[in-house]
Amino acid sequence: MSEKVLIVDDEKDFLDIMAERMRARGADVSTTTSAEDALKMVEEESYDAVIMDFMMPAMNGFKALKLLKGKKPDVQIILLTGNVAKEMIIEAKKLGALDVIAKPADLKVLIEKIKNAKAQKTIRGKKSLRRK
Amino acid sequence: MDDKLETIGETGLQFFGKMTASISHEIKNVLAIINENAGLLEDFTRMADGGVAIEPERLKALAQAVMKQISRADTIVKNMNRFAHSTDESLKTVDLNDTLELVVVLSNRFASMRSVTLEPKLQQSPVKIKTSLFFLMNLIWLCLDFAIDAAGDGKIVELATQKTDTETQICFRRLGGLAQAPLDTFPTEREQSLLGLLKAEVIVSPENNEIVLKLAGDIEGINKYNSFPFT
Repeated sequence: MSEKVLIVDDEKDFLDIMAERMRARGADVSTTTSAEDALKMVEEESYDAVIMDFMMPAMNGFKALKLLKGKKPDVQIILLTGNVAKEMIIEAKKLGALDVIAKPADLKVLIEKIKNAKAQKTIRGKKSLRRK
Repeated sequence: MDDKLETIGETGLQFFGKMTASISHEIKNVLAIINENAGLLEDFTRMADGGVAIEPERLKALAQAVMKQISRADTIVKNMNRFAHSTDESLKTVDLNDTLELVVVLSNRFASMRSVTLEPKLQQSPVKIKTSLFFLMNLIWLCLDFAIDAAGDGKIVELATQKTDTETQICFRRLGGLAQAPLDTFPTEREQSLLGLLKAEVIVSPENNEIVLKLAGDIEGINKYNSFPFT
């Protein structure tokens, strides 16, 4: 995999190992433990996917999702959460999340979702170019 | 069931649900980290199969990381167990220091999500009171929930236990935003019902940036609700 990924999670131990495992598979990974920092990073860089914990200090997943999508509508966001409820998935997708994945996550599944995110981003990019 | 008992029962159930949901989230986070460590170990064995040597130091670090998470999960489960057992007896003599400490541990995640730090300042000697433990914890949480929103720019809530010859109380201090808080919304019917049950009183003083929860040293025989709902 060669995707550019941003992982956002306040659990640093989780963040570091997941980043190491993705890097070992060829991904270009950036990390942050803060949702506020993620907002800045997404503004400055173009990521194929943002993997974000739903329960972050100071900002819950829905708020972060709204702000990220507000800054960069094309950004593909995959939410990670300890407790996946149907209503939560519906609301997250309504707000523009690509997917919601339960913790503990299977890395293979996550990588597939990231590849899908990159494909979606490429399709949207092409459509946007055609419109111009 | 009269209205007051119904409110107490509903409030208690909400509290129990909120705390156990939060605990389950904490445990899931621990499992996620253990899962990633196991995955990394699997990656190492695949590399070893391909002829790449595994550094013993990396394996040692992985084992330590897993042990750290197991110890963390053990603490979470112990606290969950203490919380679950708070419903065992309708009336019990407890140390208010232990009770406040447990409420703080259970509430830390909620405070952190609002960027607030909780700082318990416990009295050195035990502060014994005879009370309904579960409902006392419920009342402390409701006061704390309000206090977290009233923390102001300092983003710290200090919680102190105090016992004098005449009074036993918990103080929620450093509430810099208390003057701006919607004081007409606290205490609500929920808190009023619990205050009645526990023969307690809450004093909100914006001029001192604090909320004081005054508690009765022994509620046995002084309240008709004191055995609800465990008998």
